[in-house]
Amino acid sequence: MTTTPKIRLSGVHKSFGPKHVLRGVDLDVQPGESVVVIGGSGTGKSVMLKCVLGILSPDTGTVSIDGTDTTKLKGRDRIDLMERFGMLFQGAALFDSLPVWQNVAFGMMQGRRHLPKAQARELATEKLAMVGLPAEVGLLSPAELSGGMQKRVALARAIASSPEIIFFDEPTTGLDPIMGDVINDLIIKSVRELGATALSITHDMASARKIADRIAMIHEGHIIWSGLPSDIDGCGNPYVEQFVHGRAEGPIRMPVRAI
Amino acid sequence: MTFLRTIGRTFLSFLWGVGHLSLFALTAISHCVRPPFYPRLVMRHVIDIGYYSLPVVGLTTLFTGMVLALQSYSGFREFGAERAIALIVVVAVTRELAPVFAGLMVAGRIGAAIAAEVGTMRVTEQIDALTTLSTDPYKYLVVPRIVAGTIMLPCLVIVGSIIGVFGGFLVGVYKLGFNPAGYLSATWDGLEWIGVLSGVTKAAVFGFLISLMGSYHGYNSRGGAQGVGAATTHAVVSASILILCFNYFITELFFSL
Ligand SMILES: Nc1ncnc2c1ncn2[C@@H]1O[C@H](COP(=O)(O)OP(=O)(O)O)[C@@H](O)[C@H]1O
Ligand SMILES: [Mg+2]
Repeated sequence: MTTTPKIRLSGVHKSFGPKHVLRGVDLDVQPGESVVVIGGSGTGKSVMLKCVLGILSPDTGTVSIDGTDTTKLKGRDRIDLMERFGMLFQGAALFDSLPVWQNVAFGMMQGRRHLPKAQARELATEKLAMVGLPAEVGLLSPAELSGGMQKRVALARAIASSPEIIFFDEPTTGLDPIMGDVINDLIIKSVRELGATALSITHDMASARKIADRIAMIHEGHIIWSGLPSDIDGCGNPYVEQFVHGRAEGPIRMPVRAI
Repeated sequence: MTFLRTIGRTFLSFLWGVGHLSLFALTAISHCVRPPFYPRLVMRHVIDIGYYSLPVVGLTTLFTGMVLALQSYSGFREFGAERAIALIVVVAVTRELAPVFAGLMVAGRIGAAIAAEVGTMRVTEQIDALTTLSTDPYKYLVVPRIVAGTIMLPCLVIVGSIIGVFGGFLVGVYKLGFNPAGYLSATWDGLEWIGVLSGVTKAAVFGFLISLMGSYHGYNSRGGAQGVGAATTHAVVSASILILCFNYFITELFFSL
C-alpha cells in the first residue's frame, strides 16, 4: 500500500529543560485507522499528542497531516487545520464559564462555521444524546457533573464538528469499568459513523484492545513496538509483555525504593 | 564570584521577563484590531470591571476626599481655609488620588480575578481546548479583558473623582462649617481640564496594565493550584508597582513641560 498516511510523525524530539521526553518518535496512522498508543504514566504520551495538535512544537522532527508538514503552521492556517481535528483532553477541559450545551456547540459557534444559536443548540442536544446524556444536562454547568459525565460531554464536544481526525487522551482513565466500556463503545461508534481517523492514548489495556485497529507502545521516548491487538499477547517483546500483564518485574524499572 | 553570578543571573532573567511581557502585550494589542471580535465577552467584562468595582472605588475615593479636607484644615486654618481646602481637594483628587487609589483597588479586585480565571483555564487545559476548537485564546480571553479594562477604568475614575470631591465637600461643610456655595465655587475654579485629562489618561493606562498583568500571569501560569496562586499574587503586585511607576511618568509628561 502506498497511500499517504493521514498522520505521520517522524523523528519527533521534545525536551523540557533537561528532561528529554520524546526522543525520536516515528508513527504513521493511515486514513480511517484507529491507532492506540500505550505506555506508562509520564512517558510522554500526552506530549506526543500535543505535538501533533500543534499545542506544543517539537524541538526537531516533523508532523505531517496528509503528507504536508504542519509544524511551521501559524495563525489562520493553523486555525483552519484545527477545524479538521477533534480532541478529547485527559481532564475533559470543559469551559466552566459556559453551560454544557455551549461547551458542546463551541466549535460550531466560533470559527468559520458560525451556526446561529438555535441551530447550534439543537445540534448540541443531538450530540449529547449520542453520548447518552439527556437534553436537561445541557443546561447544567460543567462543575455540576460527575467525572464520567464530564468525559462524555468532552467526547460530545470533540466529535461535534464531525472532524476528520480525532484524538483521545486517556478516554477511560478514572472511570469505573462499566462507564469505561460505555466510552469505548461511543468512541468506536463515533469514529465509524464519522469515518474518522483516530489516534488515542491510554494505559488501560482493555480499552486499547477494544478500540484499536493497531496498537503501538511508547517507552523512553520511542515507539518500541507496533502491531495488531490480536498479536500483542505473544509478541515476544519483553517491554510490551510486562506492560500488558502489568507486572512490576521486568525490563521497565520503576524508580521506587524498596521498603 | 558567586555573588556576581547571582546578580548577573537575576538581571538576565529580569530582561527575559521584560521581553516576554512586551511580546505578550504586542501580540495582545495586535489581536485587538483584527477580527474576529467578541463583543459579548467585552460586555461581560465591562460589567465586571466597571459596574461591580463601583462600590469599592466609590468608598475609597469618598474617604480619601474626606480625610484630605480634614488634614488640610490643620495646615490652613489661619488664612482663607475655605478656598484653599476646596482647591487642594479637587486638584489632588482628580490628578492623583482618584486614579491611583482606584487603580490599586481595581488591581486587587480585577487583576487577581483575571489571573485566577485565566490561570485556572491554563492548568486545566481549557486554553489548549480553545485552540483545538479553532479559537485564538488571545482574542477570546485576553483582548476582551484588556479592552474592558482600558475603557472602564477612566469611567470609574471620573465617577470616583466626583465622589472624592463630594467627600471633601461633606467634611468642609458639615464638620468645618464652611459656606457650601463658597466651597463649591472654589471647587469649580480649581477644576482645570489638564488635571482631569491627566487623571483620565492615567486611568486608561492603569486599566490596560491591570488587565495585561492579570492575563499575562494567568496565561503563563503552570503547576496546578499553587501555580495559579502564585500567578494571582504576581499579577496584583506587579500591576500595583507598575501603576505607581507609570503614575510618576505620566505626571511628568503632563505637568513638567
Ligand atoms: N509543559 C510541560 N512542562 C514541563 N514538563 C512537562 C510539560 N508537559 C509534560 N511534561 C513532562 O513530560 C513528561 C511526560 O508527560 P505526559 O506526556 O503528560 O505523560 P503521559 O504519558 O502520562 O501523558 C512528564 O515527565 C512531565 O513532567
Ligand atoms: Mg497524559
